[in-house]
Amino acid sequence: MCLGIPGQVMELLEVHEHLARIDVSGVGRVVNIGLLEDEHLAPGDWVLIHVGFAMSKIDEDEARRALEGLQLLGRELDDELQALATSRITAEEGG
Amino acid sequence: MRYVDEYRDPAAARALIARITEAAGGDHFKFMEVCGGHTHTIYRHGIEHVLPDTVELVHGPGCPVCVIPMGRVDDAIAVAQTDGVIFTSFGDMMRVPGSNGNLLEAKARGADVRFVYSPLDALRIAVETPDRDVVFFAVGFETTAPSTALTLLRARELGVENFRVFCNHVTIVPPIKAILESPDLRLDGFLGPGHVSTVVGNRPYRFVTEQYGKPLVTTGFEPLDVLQAIDMLLAQIRDGRCEIENQYARVVRDEGNPRALEVLAEVFELRPHFEWRGLGFISQSALKLRPEFAAFDVEEHYRIPGVRVADPKACQCGEVLKGVIKPWECKVFGTACTPETPIGTCMVSSEGACAAYYNFGRLHREVAVTLGR
Repeated sequence: MCLGIPGQVMELLEVHEHLARIDVSGVGRVVNIGLLEDEHLAPGDWVLIHVGFAMSKIDEDEARRALEGLQLLGRELDDELQALATSRITAEEGG
Repeated sequence: MRYVDEYRDPAAARALIARITEAAGGDHFKFMEVCGGHTHTIYRHGIEHVLPDTVELVHGPGCPVCVIPMGRVDDAIAVAQTDGVIFTSFGDMMRVPGSNGNLLEAKARGADVRFVYSPLDALRIAVETPDRDVVFFAVGFETTAPSTALTLLRARELGVENFRVFCNHVTIVPPIKAILESPDLRLDGFLGPGHVSTVVGNRPYRFVTEQYGKPLVTTGFEPLDVLQAIDMLLAQIRDGRCEIENQYARVVRDEGNPRALEVLAEVFELRPHFEWRGLGFISQSALKLRPEFAAFDVEEHYRIPGVRVADPKACQCGEVLKGVIKPWECKVFGTACTPETPIGTCMVSSEGACAAYYNFGRLHREVAVTLGR
């Protein structure tokens, strides 16, 4: 829950102004970006994701650093990514 | 990969350790890392064994799973066992023991307990299952509280009537204050939390310097981040300064995330007091839903037992959370209490000091002892 996972914005979803498709470790995930509305995110930007919400905008170096750090966690990162894989945030309830 | 190596560079680490050793001189310094993520980094990379004996790191109460008291888990299970309820929770909370088992065991006994990754998943289940009450077990510091807040705003906007939140969000400043007031512990400074500070910023920590005269350095999660922050704390002490400094400026801004703070204020208010495992009742240390959101508040809809349950006698999580003892000094550490069969919360969460030490730190420590350090 406390792990911040880096991801790269692929596209802003037209169906909902606060949702974006974000590449997390090679898989596209729908994430709420409402808390970063002042950042005017665009495709290519990197963010740190907590429990389905992008919490901070980071640069590419920091994203790589954070991902390397997470990969050292091994099973915990796998658990978090598996948890993320169960998530189905949709335009309907997506914040 | 240049950037990553830069933060793991052994030569840079050695240089920092030499500086730290020199700055500490013959005195003894005790610094608390508040955040469970830092505890994890420290054990994962064996940082406490590369530091000189003059610099001691003390683990604080910054793991939100670890600080939930047993009575609150019992309350969650009571709600989960109510007829018709779908009870949703982050995975971290599923194995936290209450006085009569944990949520997974309640599920095995027939309660409809489901794991979710995000509060938005809980809201989705509510939308898809309009004939059942869907409860979300909200835990976490200011890192996750804005997510719950936005989810509640969305639930209200959508008019979802069967979505409820059992709110156990806690705030970072009051426990730091409680620890500074505690007579058990003499600290020389703090490693300020990383992710929480992306939300609250650095300003809320001013009381640490202004009222208690202790320096605080907000810190990232790489091993070199932690070493650099220790170096910055010692430099402050050497120079006679006492300031809030930001070692993690590449992510944390002094003002935090204003939008997140705005939604927190819109949805939550402070509870008069809240019980913390190990720290007891701390006033204004947790969040509850504002009256405008009463329709979504579990505590307005269900009978909550609210019984205060003391930790098992053998369990010393409280002392670990206050930094009074180290994990391996607990009587049941590694014997009766392991990550497979945890007695206390600090062994459940992977960011709990005991689990982090069990998984990584004890090996480093044993090697260090063998090598005669």
